[in-house]
Amino acid sequence: MSILVSRETRLIVQGITGRDGSFHAGQMLEYGTRVVGGVTPGKGGQSVHGVPVFDSVAEAVEATQANATVIYVPAKFAAGAVREASDAGIPLIVCITEGIPALDMVPLYHLVRERGQVLIGPNCPGVVTPGEAKIGIMPGAIHAPGRIGVVSRSGTLTYEIVHALTLRGLGQSTCIGIGGDPIVGTHFRDLLPRFEQDEGTDAVVLVGEIGGDEEERTAEYIQEHVAKPVFAFIVGQTAPEGKRMGHAGAIVSGGLGTADSKRAAFEAAGVPVARTIDELADQVRDRMVGEAHDA
Amino acid sequence: MKIHEYQAKALFREAGIPVPEGRVAGLPEEAAAAATDFGPRVAVKAQVHAGGRGKAGGVKLATSPDGARSAAEAILGMDIKGSTVRKVLVERASDIRKEAYLGIILDRSARGLRIIASAAGGMDIEEVAAATPEKILNVVTPSTEFPEAEVRDLAPRLFEDEAPADQVVEIARRLWDLFVTRDGSLVEINPLVLSGDGSVVALDGKFNFDDNGLYRHPEIDALRDLGEENPHEIEAKARGLSYVELEGDIGCMVNGAGLAMATMDIIHLFGGHPANFLDVGGSSNPEKVVHAFRLILARPGIKAILINIFGGITRCDDIARGILQAYAQIEIPVPVVVRLTGTNAEEGRALLEGSALHPAEGFEEAVRKVLELAQGGAS
Repeated sequence: MSILVSRETRLIVQGITGRDGSFHAGQMLEYGTRVVGGVTPGKGGQSVHGVPVFDSVAEAVEATQANATVIYVPAKFAAGAVREASDAGIPLIVCITEGIPALDMVPLYHLVRERGQVLIGPNCPGVVTPGEAKIGIMPGAIHAPGRIGVVSRSGTLTYEIVHALTLRGLGQSTCIGIGGDPIVGTHFRDLLPRFEQDEGTDAVVLVGEIGGDEEERTAEYIQEHVAKPVFAFIVGQTAPEGKRMGHAGAIVSGGLGTADSKRAAFEAAGVPVARTIDELADQVRDRMVGEAHDA
Repeated sequence: MKIHEYQAKALFREAGIPVPEGRVAGLPEEAAAAATDFGPRVAVKAQVHAGGRGKAGGVKLATSPDGARSAAEAILGMDIKGSTVRKVLVERASDIRKEAYLGIILDRSARGLRIIASAAGGMDIEEVAAATPEKILNVVTPSTEFPEAEVRDLAPRLFEDEAPADQVVEIARRLWDLFVTRDGSLVEINPLVLSGDGSVVALDGKFNFDDNGLYRHPEIDALRDLGEENPHEIEAKARGLSYVELEGDIGCMVNGAGLAMATMDIIHLFGGHPANFLDVGGSSNPEKVVHAFRLILARPGIKAILINIFGGITRCDDIARGILQAYAQIEIPVPVVVRLTGTNAEEGRALLEGSALHPAEGFEEAVRKVLELAQGGAS
């Protein structure tokens, strides 16, 4: 079991003829993902790694019954690509592209929600259900099938954490990089209910960072709605303040947004916050191995 | 990206938001000439990105061209929070009856925009929010459509019914349109004043932009003042590196922003002080590694360097080649600890064998090692 992605997922790749799209389509196929088509306007009829290319998402969906898409198109066109995927009714949209203007994401965020679709990203590494399918750019080899869910705002840091879990014999049910932009389609609170209900997940690791108040809200949510063990790691303790945030931003968040605030919120909700990656992985192991013995 | 007050006001003026008449000056003589045109009573204001210029003495009133000249002489060249003042804005002094605050920001919690308004203008709005939160009015909209009805409700409260609400609504609408059409991340008028003649005027202006949106606004990008930015950070950007200077003495070279922050945090946790945030990005270009070394070493006082790479798309052997290339091209006078994990890590480590570098396997081990070396400990 897993969430969002499985070996049944039928994926199309938007931007498949580009450098990144083509490379990662190959990597995903190699991992075992069912890549059923690709989209590049004007290049319909071609094929990449034996996968048929279509001119539009609607045509690709019609021909392949795809139920997921991954977007590798350049930032200028990426918001349009998300909208096209949404209009074509695809339930899972994963947008890898970095550099999309935040104001483009405002209407898209609300649009996909109203339609009951899931948007992961933008500016994210993607989603992987180890041993079944990967959608995105993460290195497949560091993952192992298992029962820990991972949700992260980061890329390479997620790989580091997954690697540390795998080294301790802790495989993963599904790992999701939700993206590092101020507005992303899906956040911790959207994914926790899915992990809570997933029979294949025993515990969840959340990797947060400074900025915004999503971690604080998530901590409140966990206290009320999540019974499975949750573990957290927060980065940005030493990041200089004000490098990204303007004055008015500080008004909105008040005391929220700092690494300390996020740590305090999680700890108040009974979620341990590790100080290092090894400590995090050890905490998960000690707790989960202990539970396995109790059971 | 940030711009100066005079640039923000030019955008306001163009959008039909009333601002005082004035002109920017880089020399005392020009300030005197502007005072002749717009005075005799003028405000002479330092143009720097840093806040708190009023408290630092960067804003002066003058009542004659001579007064404006000496005010400009005093302000030009002044250092305000690390920024040197190179320009002043000289504008007609306003007859202030009341001061309010009006701002718009991207609200990431609402996935939309937020209008912030207050009758308590002219003060540090963060202090107002902390001390008297009831004085802050908010309109949060999960869209980019101007929330007309809510703004109509709020408008009369800005100047306690003394200003026509229509004027306030119109200014808010124009500010909103500017924000949305130029990819703003924050726009602020503090204070927005009610003048003696009953008109409402933007006496100050602050405008920040979403860097991701700049590609479609070359006219905004052209307003960038490189003099306000850290030269090393500008250089880094030109090389495709993401770099932020910090206070410490341990140089860091990492791939990925999250891992780079984690590396800084763990150095700090173990009692050290990171000198920088540096993300070499996802590509495997050895040249980037050489540039990263140059950047780190450009700062005096670096005691040791930690290279922490988790190879995904980035290949560790390419990083290793970059490191060797850097050693061949530039003098690296401090110890360097290298941790390579992930894609092609073994090939990378093999390339570095026999070099002067200090290899490490684990993340924590690497951090401990670099701190030990920085203190002149045994390798």
